[in-house]
Amino acid sequence: MIEAAYAAEEAAHGAHDGGLPNPMHQFEIKRLVPFELFGFDASFTNSALYMVIAATLITLFTVYAMRGRALVPSRLQSVAEISYEFVANMVRQNVGTDGMKYFPFIFTLFMFVLALNMLGMLPYSFTVTSHIIVTFALAAFIFIAVTVLGFIKHGVGFLKFFVPSGVPVVMLPLLVIIELISYLTRPISLSVRLFANMMAGHTMLKVFGAFVVALGFLGGWAPLAFMVAFTGLEILVAFLQAYVFAILTCIYLNDALHMHH
Amino acid sequence: MDPAAAKLIGAGLASIALVGAGVGIGTIFGNYLQGALRNPSAAQSQFANLLLGFALAEATGLFGLVVALIILFVF
Repeated sequence: MIEAAYAAEEAAHGAHDGGLPNPMHQFEIKRLVPFELFGFDASFTNSALYMVIAATLITLFTVYAMRGRALVPSRLQSVAEISYEFVANMVRQNVGTDGMKYFPFIFTLFMFVLALNMLGMLPYSFTVTSHIIVTFALAAFIFIAVTVLGFIKHGVGFLKFFVPSGVPVVMLPLLVIIELISYLTRPISLSVRLFANMMAGHTMLKVFGAFVVALGFLGGWAPLAFMVAFTGLEILVAFLQAYVFAILTCIYLNDALHMHH
Repeated sequence: MDPAAAKLIGAGLASIALVGAGVGIGTIFGNYLQGALRNPSAAQSQFANLLLGFALAEATGLFGLVVALIILFVF
């Protein structure tokens, strides 16, 4: 049954439309090792490959950098320590000292998203976070986990989070509805922010890359200069989006653990 | 109207949302610069808030871009 789907995909595989290549082809999922499990397509895809590469790289980096455990760190150990300090400070400032027990999760989340974003900056590679299902899976997990934590810690009193203090009673029904809606849109905004940044950025890179080739030797230098600057910006955006994803997770966690509004 | 033409017009209209992103990002960075020039020693401590504010403002603009891309590629 999977084979029929493969054949249809191959047939629909368009290429160029009048000269310029399609910038959306870079987001295609390719099955590297076709594999079926209970009737579901559980193939090992290029997306899965890059996730494995990211996880392996992070693990190798942190384990290898810290193998010496020198009190005065070497250069590589400093990099690992800087990344640790960066996330630890973020968690301590935004969740508080008792929130540090969630530090392993936030560190894993930040390093994973950062590695996935950065791997996508390599030419001819695949950006895993440019698919909404990936970012939505992460955001949905965070949202459900944080909400469950809130209910565990405060019981039914967690619902008081949607009733801000110091509000005239007449406005309360409308305000509670607004608060509830804005809380329920958190996983959507969290996931779409990362997905849209990655997809828009990489689409632009591909489009301007096509311009460089299309304008040839004489005119190609202008889009090339822009490409260089824009690639630098995309590397910044890759880091920034990973940071924003992590810090918003910390803020949502803080909302659930210490319900200040 | 031809559906393909309507798609393209719809995508173009949805992209107008990015005007909001531009205004928002300019406002945030402008206010940061204003504050930093008045009180340079406090500027570094607010750098994290600057990046957070920039990302949140850009996000709403990109939601509009996502609508444009959905119109173009899903329908």
